[in-house]
Amino acid sequence: MSKRSNDGFFWSLFSVGGVISAFLIPIHVFLFALALPLGWLPHGGYEHLLALVRTPVGRVYLFVLCSFSLFHWAHRFRFTLYDGLQIKHLNEAVFAACYGTALIGTVLAAYLVLTL
Amino acid sequence: MNTAKAPSAYTEFHPRWYRKRVSTWWWLGSGPYLRFILRELSSIFVALSVAMTLAQLWALRFGADAYSRFQESMRSPWLMALGVLTLAFTVFHSITWFNLAPRALTVRIGGRRVPEIMIALPNFIGWAAVSALIAWLVVRG
Repeated sequence: MSKRSNDGFFWSLFSVGGVISAFLIPIHVFLFALALPLGWLPHGGYEHLLALVRTPVGRVYLFVLCSFSLFHWAHRFRFTLYDGLQIKHLNEAVFAACYGTALIGTVLAAYLVLTL
Repeated sequence: MNTAKAPSAYTEFHPRWYRKRVSTWWWLGSGPYLRFILRELSSIFVALSVAMTLAQLWALRFGADAYSRFQESMRSPWLMALGVLTLAFTVFHSITWFNLAPRALTVRIGGRRVPEIMIALPNFIGWAAVSALIAWLVVRG
């Protein structure tokens, strides 16, 4: 008898997160890490962003973006350590650290989008 | 692996497996391996982008001054360099992800396989459209 595995569940989170982050993350980085801080674009100020975040769609959007992308990272990074750097003896610790971080980020994202 | 099913001639000691030691840096040797590892490492930059977004939401909580301090700190040379690197890796993630879609999804029309580009291309167009929409929503105000 083989043990029931959770791999499918985590893989589907990885996969959905991969799609979401592929579509959404680059433009976020471009806008908020480069274009707006450097003043390339005229707008995108505090009041406007706050209003955007406070729409129901904005809240759901930001939560989904943050949470699924973190689970995407958790899965991929875990296997990078496993296969790439061959850190196999720490498998359980790496598992806990990766998905634990994703879970903490998810809770933080939920808290932020709900209370903003 | 269950390889011990077949009855075998037992020896007193278990033979040592022959396993060639693989170097930790096996992926530095060739282009495709290196690309594979860089693709996997792009996930770190996806996580960093989320961290940035969470920090941004955190700053938004504390008012206009806190938010302008957030933007000010994003202008520091280190964070700018990290921003450029993050953009490069996340774009790499998007490109490799969309190029992978045709491998995961085989569509046949009239018994013929739809060419890979026909499956990847709509993803790239969608990516451009979604990015333009987000940029417009943010900049419009």
